[in-house]
Amino acid sequence: MIHFVLLVSRQGKVRLTKWYSPYTQKERSKVIRELSGVILNRGPKLCNFVEWRGYKVVYKRYASLYFCMCIDQEDNELEVLEIIHHYVEILDRYFGSVCELDLIFNFHKAYYILDELLIAGELQESSKKTVARIISAQDQMVEAAKEEAGSISNIIAQATK
Amino acid sequence: MNSIFSGTRLRDMIRSIRACKTAAEERGVVRKECADIRASINENDPHDRHRNLAKLMFIHMLGYPTHFGQMECLKLIASPGFPEKRIGYLGLMLLLDERQEVLMLVTNSLKQDLNHTNQYVVGLALCALGNICSAEMARDLAPEVERLIQFRDPNIRKKAALCSTRIVRKVPDLAENFVNAASSLLKEKHHGVLITGVQLCYELCTISDEALEFFRKKCTEGLIKTLRDITNSAYQPEYDVAGITDPFLHIRLLKLLRVLGHGDADASDLMTDILAQVATKTESNKNAGNAVLYECVETIMAIEDTSSLRVLAINILGRFLSNRDNNIRYVALNMLMKAIAFDDQAVQRHRVTILECVKDPDASIRKRALELVSLLVNENNVKQLTKELIDYLEISDEDFKEDLSAKICSIVEKFSPEKIWYIDQMLKVLSEAGKFVKDDVWHALIVVISNASELHGYTVRSLYKAVLTYSEQETLVRVAIWCIGEYGDLLVNNVGMLGIEDPITVTESDAVDVVEDAITRHNSDMTTKAMALVALLKLSSRFPSISERIKDIIVKQKGSLLLEMQQRAIEFNSIVDRHKNIRSSLVERMPVLDEATFNVRRSGSLPASVSTMAKPSVSIPNGVSAAPLVDLLDLGSDDILAAPSSSGTDYLQDLLSVDLGSSTAQSGATLGGTDQLLDILSIGTPSPAQNNTSSIDLLSTGGINNNPSTGLDTLSSPAPPHIATTTSAGGMFDLLDGLSPSPSKEATNGPAYPPIVAYESSTLKIEFTFSKPSGNPQETNVQATFINLSPNTFTDFIFQAAVPKFLQLHLDPASSNTLPASGNITQNLKVTNSQHGKKSLVMRMRIGYKLNGKDVLEEAQINNFPRGL
Repeated sequence: MIHFVLLVSRQGKVRLTKWYSPYTQKERSKVIRELSGVILNRGPKLCNFVEWRGYKVVYKRYASLYFCMCIDQEDNELEVLEIIHHYVEILDRYFGSVCELDLIFNFHKAYYILDELLIAGELQESSKKTVARIISAQDQMVEAAKEEAGSISNIIAQATK
Repeated sequence: MNSIFSGTRLRDMIRSIRACKTAAEERGVVRKECADIRASINENDPHDRHRNLAKLMFIHMLGYPTHFGQMECLKLIASPGFPEKRIGYLGLMLLLDERQEVLMLVTNSLKQDLNHTNQYVVGLALCALGNICSAEMARDLAPEVERLIQFRDPNIRKKAALCSTRIVRKVPDLAENFVNAASSLLKEKHHGVLITGVQLCYELCTISDEALEFFRKKCTEGLIKTLRDITNSAYQPEYDVAGITDPFLHIRLLKLLRVLGHGDADASDLMTDILAQVATKTESNKNAGNAVLYECVETIMAIEDTSSLRVLAINILGRFLSNRDNNIRYVALNMLMKAIAFDDQAVQRHRVTILECVKDPDASIRKRALELVSLLVNENNVKQLTKELIDYLEISDEDFKEDLSAKICSIVEKFSPEKIWYIDQMLKVLSEAGKFVKDDVWHALIVVISNASELHGYTVRSLYKAVLTYSEQETLVRVAIWCIGEYGDLLVNNVGMLGIEDPITVTESDAVDVVEDAITRHNSDMTTKAMALVALLKLSSRFPSISERIKDIIVKQKGSLLLEMQQRAIEFNSIVDRHKNIRSSLVERMPVLDEATFNVRRSGSLPASVSTMAKPSVSIPNGVSAAPLVDLLDLGSDDILAAPSSSGTDYLQDLLSVDLGSSTAQSGATLGGTDQLLDILSIGTPSPAQNNTSSIDLLSTGGINNNPSTGLDTLSSPAPPHIATTTSAGGMFDLLDGLSPSPSKEATNGPAYPPIVAYESSTLKIEFTFSKPSGNPQETNVQATFINLSPNTFTDFIFQAAVPKFLQLHLDPASSNTLPASGNITQNLKVTNSQHGKKSLVMRMRIGYKLNGKDVLEEAQINNFPRGL
């Protein structure tokens, strides 16, 4: 199973964290610090796996962002690479050639998409189309709520957009 | 239109945080935002909640505390609108984890939302539950989730399935409730539902044996059919990844088949065909295909024996191993480790490639390969593999040397066919990576060297040559100086030449150069310097012709800033200077170290005795190891013996009192321990002198003192922890003479107390006369007179005495160490009784001397002191 998902920029800034196993806040920041140190320092041609505290961390770099997923020793590393790529493709389709800034200002959208992809650290959907459809259905519900005149969510959705 | 709200918008906050140049500036912005959010929370305006939480999540990601926003999540979740719930659940998953109490408050909202009429609200609740539920929540909400597995919309079914995996992980007892629902999911056509259904079945199989049996019986064939359908399916753009239809589903199906086939020949038999098909037909030029192949290989290796399939699997791994992609090679190495279990030969064929991987620039691959190589080693290939690894050690990265050298050492130790090979390989490792080698490794090497008596000459010469080239490798230097100290004579005289050796010419002075270099080198650590000092002492006896030079080197260490070194230098100088007669026996070669006991000890099965020996070293306040000093003086003495009176012995006195502090203050109790030490020292070794040599060596080097002494220690394992507080008073007094200006002569008031006969045997009589110095009633001067009652001369006469803790004893040197027939010698003792008036004197003594060349030992306790002393 995937224990956590981590998006870190090349400068070491955290862009997204998702924890499927319990880690205290202290442990979380320690994990992030440790791993970004290891992963950001690895050369470009090396393999995408790092052994870390009895787990494996599979990472892949897309432009300035490192996508990392921590899995158990016996899990399929190659598949996790595919899952990462799957996620990136869905993000790309959603934002239209996604870049780091999209994920900074719309971080909550990145989370919503991830939640349609993984639950309990396991993959839930292999079809990009299905994920896109479910996300847009929910976005529409938010829009519809906004449409309701004088509705509060109208303004809040704008504020968070 | 936002003007009616206070505070900034989310987007503006992110902008201003991003605009910060320094961390302090960022903290300032965040602090201000947090203050605003708190204020807004206190106003309890539902309009701002949505935005506040979004901001808090961003702040949380930056690593700031956001616990004050947790209740806001709950309020948002409880509100009726979908947008509020959506962000509320997101906040819940991000800001809380399953251990927080607050989470319990959300159970009711979750329950309501799981029964909500809007399927997307149900989806949000399932997602949150699946990601952070605790065992308690799992129990409470399991019935809802179970029902939702049958929901009409596939989006909910798949979420419910994964939510169930979390629930059964948290509460394995609930597994049986989900078995039927899970098996119904396997018949689905929707990929998402199928994937999550297979995952749930896999989870149930690993948790419950009944579930495993159930799925094996009911579902194996259906799963095989599903796998076949999807493998043979036509191009489906929705699920296609690099030419493979839904590799994710492939992988999950293969994984479930693996647990179904494992341990069951029938099930394994059923899946043989489809596995063979997947293994042969899957495209391996893209990562997705390789991921499927990898999973397939793993399944083939886990199910019951189908040897033709295994050949296929091994071939795939062989292909992987020669792949240019590092990821593929990495997983190949990983799998080959498992493959070794059933086909060692097949893996051995790839040995050369695997060895290449040890030299890979990628640390992850190197690590895997090294693990694999160590599994590949056997008696037949150990020499070749070791050679390869050692060759690589010379050129490997510094940070890899530690792992690599540790592995080589363990291989060499485990499979070494002969001692000379072992020693050779270890010397190479020490030469290349000596600074990375752990203590127990070079300790083990010394034990082996000590046991290989026919190789002593060869070893010391090899070490000499190596240390000239690699003098910066600390552990090599240590082993070398130890060997030069022990076997220096063999080095100089080319004793025990082996056929393979070239004769070398080493002068005594060359050998001393090496040791001098080690002791004067500024970056040598304390252990090395201490070992060098001991080696010098030994060489002073081995090389009498240059003992003056050695003495000079030792004398220089008198100025060492390390107290231990300073003190030792003074003592050793004293030995070299004044005690030529005992020096040679004092520094004799060490007895052979006991390999078996060392190994037992190394594996950590004797922790008790470790602590026994370690104790004196740690109990000294100034941080200098006391064990070496104490043991140095331990010339077969019996009890807690006081050193001769001198101003310089205060430190020694300290040592004694510190250690005594840890004992029960009863001399009787201490006796038990020290007697045992004595026994230990005299077991199985030819002469007491040699014993002491060994104990000097064993314990003289601080850091290593736990190890070679194993042999002795083992025997003492039940001993109380206060042994090793012994010191000698006899012949070794003079060691400390260098410190004392002159024996103190104190005015005596004449005997106020009657003299006593302290001891009398057939050959020896000891009389004590007492006097009190004026002004200090606690002090008593005792003059001991030793009278020889036999017709023969006693030589090497040593008197030692010990007193309980409340007494302090100072011994002056005896008038002579030779006691002629019917003659006598005298010795002055000064006893200070801290319990004067409450307790009377008591003393234990031991007399050692040589009679006609034979050692004689006499012991006694003196209880008949006059009262009031």
